[in-house]
Amino acid sequence: MSAPSGSPHATAGARTPPRPGVAVAPAALASSGPAPARQNGPAQSQMQVPSGHGLHHQNYVAPSGPYSLEPGKLASSLPDGQCNDYYSGLYTLPAQKVATPGAASHTGAQQVYCGGPPAPPLLGTLPGPVPGATVAASHMHTSASQPYPSFVNYYSSPTIYTASSSAASQGFPATCHYGVSAVSNAVHPSVSYSSLPPGDPYTQVFTSQSALATGPGRKGSFPGQNAAPSRPSALAAPLPPQHLQQQSLAGYSALSWSVPGLPPTQDKLIRNHSGPLASASSSPANPGVDSSSTTSSASPVPNSYDVLEGGGYPDMHSSSASSPAPDPVPEPQPVPTPTAPQSAKVAKPFGHSYPALQPGYQNAAAPPTSGVQPGAVPYAAFQQYPQQYPGVNQLSSSLGGLSLQSSPQPESLRPVNLTQEKDVLPPTPIWAPVPNLNLDLKKLNCSPDSFRCTLTNIPQTQALLNKAKLPLGLLLHPFRDLTQLPVITSNIIVRCRSCRTYINPFVSFIDQRRWKCNLCYRVNDVPEEFMYNPLTRSYGEPHKRPEVQNSTVEFIASSDYMLRPPQAAVYLFVLDVSHNAVEAGYLTVLCQSLLENLDKLPGDSRTRIGFMTFDSTIHFYNLQEGLSQPQMLIVSDIDDVFLPTPDGLLVNLYESKELIKVLLNALPSMFTNTRETHSALGPALQAAFKLMSPTGGRVSVFQTQLPSLGAGLLQSREDPNQRSSTKVVQHLGPATDFYKKLALDCSGQQTAMDLFLLSSQYSDLASLACMSKYSAGCIYYYPSFHCTHNPSQAEKLQKDLKRYLTRKIGFEAVMRIRCTKGLSMHTFHGNFFVRSTDLLSLANINPDAGFAVQLSIEESLTDTSLVCFQTALLYTSSKGERRIRVHTLCLPVVSSLAEVYAGVDVQAAICLLANMAVDRSVSSSLSDARDALVNAVVDSLSAYGSAVSNFQHSGLIAPASLKLFPLYVLALLKQKAFRTGTSTRLDDRVYAMCQIKSQPLVHLMKMIHPNLYRIDRLTDEGAIHVSDRVVPQPPLQKLSAERLTREGAFLMDCGSVFYIWIGKSCDNNFIEDVLGYPNFASIPQKMTYLPDLDTLSSERTRSFVAWLRDSRPLSPVLHVVKDESPAKAEFFQHLVEDRTEAAFSYYEFLVHVQRHICK
Amino acid sequence: MEAVVFVFSLLDCCALIFLSVYFIITLSDLECDYINARSCCSKLNKWVIPEMIGHSIVSVLMLVSLHWFIFLLNLPVATWNIYRFIMVPSGNMGVFDPTEIHNRGQLKSHMKEAMIKLGFHLLCFFMYLYSMILALIND
Repeated sequence: MSAPSGSPHATAGARTPPRPGVAVAPAALASSGPAPARQNGPAQSQMQVPSGHGLHHQNYVAPSGPYSLEPGKLASSLPDGQCNDYYSGLYTLPAQKVATPGAASHTGAQQVYCGGPPAPPLLGTLPGPVPGATVAASHMHTSASQPYPSFVNYYSSPTIYTASSSAASQGFPATCHYGVSAVSNAVHPSVSYSSLPPGDPYTQVFTSQSALATGPGRKGSFPGQNAAPSRPSALAAPLPPQHLQQQSLAGYSALSWSVPGLPPTQDKLIRNHSGPLASASSSPANPGVDSSSTTSSASPVPNSYDVLEGGGYPDMHSSSASSPAPDPVPEPQPVPTPTAPQSAKVAKPFGHSYPALQPGYQNAAAPPTSGVQPGAVPYAAFQQYPQQYPGVNQLSSSLGGLSLQSSPQPESLRPVNLTQEKDVLPPTPIWAPVPNLNLDLKKLNCSPDSFRCTLTNIPQTQALLNKAKLPLGLLLHPFRDLTQLPVITSNIIVRCRSCRTYINPFVSFIDQRRWKCNLCYRVNDVPEEFMYNPLTRSYGEPHKRPEVQNSTVEFIASSDYMLRPPQAAVYLFVLDVSHNAVEAGYLTVLCQSLLENLDKLPGDSRTRIGFMTFDSTIHFYNLQEGLSQPQMLIVSDIDDVFLPTPDGLLVNLYESKELIKVLLNALPSMFTNTRETHSALGPALQAAFKLMSPTGGRVSVFQTQLPSLGAGLLQSREDPNQRSSTKVVQHLGPATDFYKKLALDCSGQQTAMDLFLLSSQYSDLASLACMSKYSAGCIYYYPSFHCTHNPSQAEKLQKDLKRYLTRKIGFEAVMRIRCTKGLSMHTFHGNFFVRSTDLLSLANINPDAGFAVQLSIEESLTDTSLVCFQTALLYTSSKGERRIRVHTLCLPVVSSLAEVYAGVDVQAAICLLANMAVDRSVSSSLSDARDALVNAVVDSLSAYGSAVSNFQHSGLIAPASLKLFPLYVLALLKQKAFRTGTSTRLDDRVYAMCQIKSQPLVHLMKMIHPNLYRIDRLTDEGAIHVSDRVVPQPPLQKLSAERLTREGAFLMDCGSVFYIWIGKSCDNNFIEDVLGYPNFASIPQKMTYLPDLDTLSSERTRSFVAWLRDSRPLSPVLHVVKDESPAKAEFFQHLVEDRTEAAFSYYEFLVHVQRHICK
Repeated sequence: MEAVVFVFSLLDCCALIFLSVYFIITLSDLECDYINARSCCSKLNKWVIPEMIGHSIVSVLMLVSLHWFIFLLNLPVATWNIYRFIMVPSGNMGVFDPTEIHNRGQLKSHMKEAMIKLGFHLLCFFMYLYSMILALIND
């Protein structure tokens, strides 16, 4: 409780950072994240954590001295020489420190903690809405209210971080103040969601307190999103009593509160936010009643908020890339059941960990546990919480929870007869399953958008895993654009002394002075400095620190984490200007995009930029400040490339901006009359490497044909007659190791090469892609690019470039993935170089990069109930700050096969399988890979059938959690990367494979299995509100031509491209209102945009399309496809459930699988 | 004459034993993270061809000197060495590829292979030693 008294000053940092604590540097906590954690109120801390990441409970420890590198090994390794290779001696100056608080801004939203209103959270008087219940209110609110002040800063960061979203995403909830505040904000925005269906699944899912949560009432109330009005009444009334009691209990109160109210909210928030929503409007909303009711007496607070913020709400539009759909759709049922039992289990380890804590805490802890206990659950739980949930709703909800619990099987294990079930695809987007953890942990856990595991229940032993025949692995999206992220500036970064794990929400505190690592189980000391919580200005509560309250945090690293001073942002463009390139005309698009985005290139005042062009010779451009115009230097000795001048080739962007603009304006026309058809790509890359090696940075290579001169020249390997062969597909691997070696050299010098291949004919992408694969670059491919003949590709290039040039970037990065003792990682997928067993070297990291890791279980996990995974990404931001982004995921361990099946995350599993299949096709053969995919389905379903299911059906039985597995595998088999029998160009196939390896899960799933919606009858039913728009939510349609009716219009979302298919007899009103043409016949063949018409259906369609677009980083190109136009083949190839000449229909595939199982 | 053959084989075998030990040490350094994958692989790749040649020479020598049993014993290992070298995909940097060595348990299988070869060469060493002594006595 002490906490409560301690006000959660947001300001901590600013004001008195007195004790050692973490200095949250003034600005330090970035977007809010951290702040929340520190809340004072104990209560909140526990429960609140939003599902996403949360904070974690109690545990906290003080860190001991500064540890060194995250990647730990870097530093240490240096001496060993390990590093030497990589960082050649440059390291000298450690000193340069990166991070001053101010700098923080870079994350986007940094929050400074302003002096928040100090008011102690306790009973604040809450002017708020709930007068009667003051006390109670105050409690709750306290948390809430306080938060605001503190939070103010959060929002300061504008764009990206929306308040709401932030809250949600990060899940800071934990601590009240901050969390709360964040939440509240979030909430407000969310309010807009009122339209959500009442029984919103999410709430249930997330809140671990299943019982309570479930109730309908609750949904309304907590989530706040739903009926606003209802809340106040419900909550307000009931609360008072509770609050009072709680107060007395002190610690308790917090818990309780947090439990009911917060979690849900947060969940919602999270969900919502994660979606594109980002609601901007939130700020105004705040005052609204709901929020206050939920979280508390926000009302008073809000004011302070505004004031504090100063900046006011920045723009709320953050569209976090993560998930498109705002609403959570998860299945309600599963949640409750699992939770209850689990929590019981889990609770022990964690709940008890705090013996030393003040009594208040213990109390607090207790309730959850008891509540959870299986037997007593229903009622017991109820009783415990009664105060909290006085409302009828709650009652009913808890009862509901009960009944669910009693059911024998969780929803995810319900056997489904696939051959009889016509529509396996649910009408709503599919969400990641929530690990079956207790409530606290669930809220603290990392967001599935950043970190997913294919099995959310980890089997105890390798034998069990083998029996289940399912792939075990992680899918990571570590550098994703986050709307809210706690940034911590602290003198010390607390890490385990033996395994170097960062302190995280899942560690346990043995007492106030010691914490036990959750990965290696070593007991560590809590450093003195860590005992002080700058946010609350309280001492002795290490478990309230943001590091322990959030599973996704970012540290500003000290000089211990640097091998050399943080590098500046350096960008080099290597452009093909041979005849072929000039003919395609990409230079115009590129130079135009660059000119437009020159000021938006991420970087600070040290940013440098350079240009090189090449055909059969290499051209450098001296842009040194002071020259009257750019100077072109030609090197024609491509056998022994040298730099014509030591400086002036990479120049400061700001000092030489005029020259750069002159060059960019001149470039497109400079080579118009060239007759040079050769391309000396290899030597140009060697020159680029020489140019970049002193600094490191990013090289963007634009290539339009097969390299034909000098080192790295390639021969055409494609035999066009083999394109549709069903037998062997050759040449999926590189033809030479030149590009791989070059990439490794670049990686060693912290340089990444990004490849843009714009070719009209075979260019051996398999070989060229190596330059990006191993230097952590990215690959873009534009087949048959031509700026005038193929405008849609030109548009795509333009959009891609806009995103590419302006997105966040991290330099000289390394990523280390750690997991609980007993598990080990054996194969990594993505673009990087694996430098040592668990260390990935990433010269650059960008927000669109995804990774996958395969795991094996080396030792039995019988003596632990939880396993954790931690990824730490150490990078230099474009502002020259060294930062560490840490994600921690916690999952339960199970001992029965049924539970393993219940926890399958089918999307993650399919993405991991796709990655494995790519490896297999390259190292073995495509047909092997296809067989392996089919076998994955056969094996897992037959293992399930023989071990778990008691049904002796003739059909094909799968657990509900795996019901989409055969469909997705079939989709994968028909994907460009793996299909056979359909004409597929080798480069297209290789590009699809590259994408599978490097895309994050959300994007990859759309690529594998696009979403199909019917859009000619959009209604507002079930619509969601995003900022001020109403976004209709049409149901998903299965990918089959049987769903396409001639009277309809359908939108297919393939991730990087949208198709709108217009049926032949489509309603003319729709065509006129939405497309702006009088009838079907008058629609042009190539239409790539929706006109801005002032009709209801046009508005609905556009807002839906815009909402889909906002949910992803690359803005997709839209194609309007008329039925019977030649372009429809493009559209139809995505209808994976249909039979094609060379592949099964979905039903045939099921029969095929079944036949294999019976064998 | 026979003694000379075995003296040579003995020396060659010693070299191969040292080479196996070197492989094992380097690989375990990599496993323990003392060196990085790139330097490890470039070190090892340098010795793949000498190892292959060294072993092939002994095998051929045994064939020429009509020691059928020893030749047949050496044949599988020599074949494996050559096969491994020939089957390196064109895009790889050698038998040991730094980008793949941490994947799919390759490190472990390389280690296992080096261990097996060490055992094999030790066996051969004593065989040659015995044969050499026998040959010297007979002379």
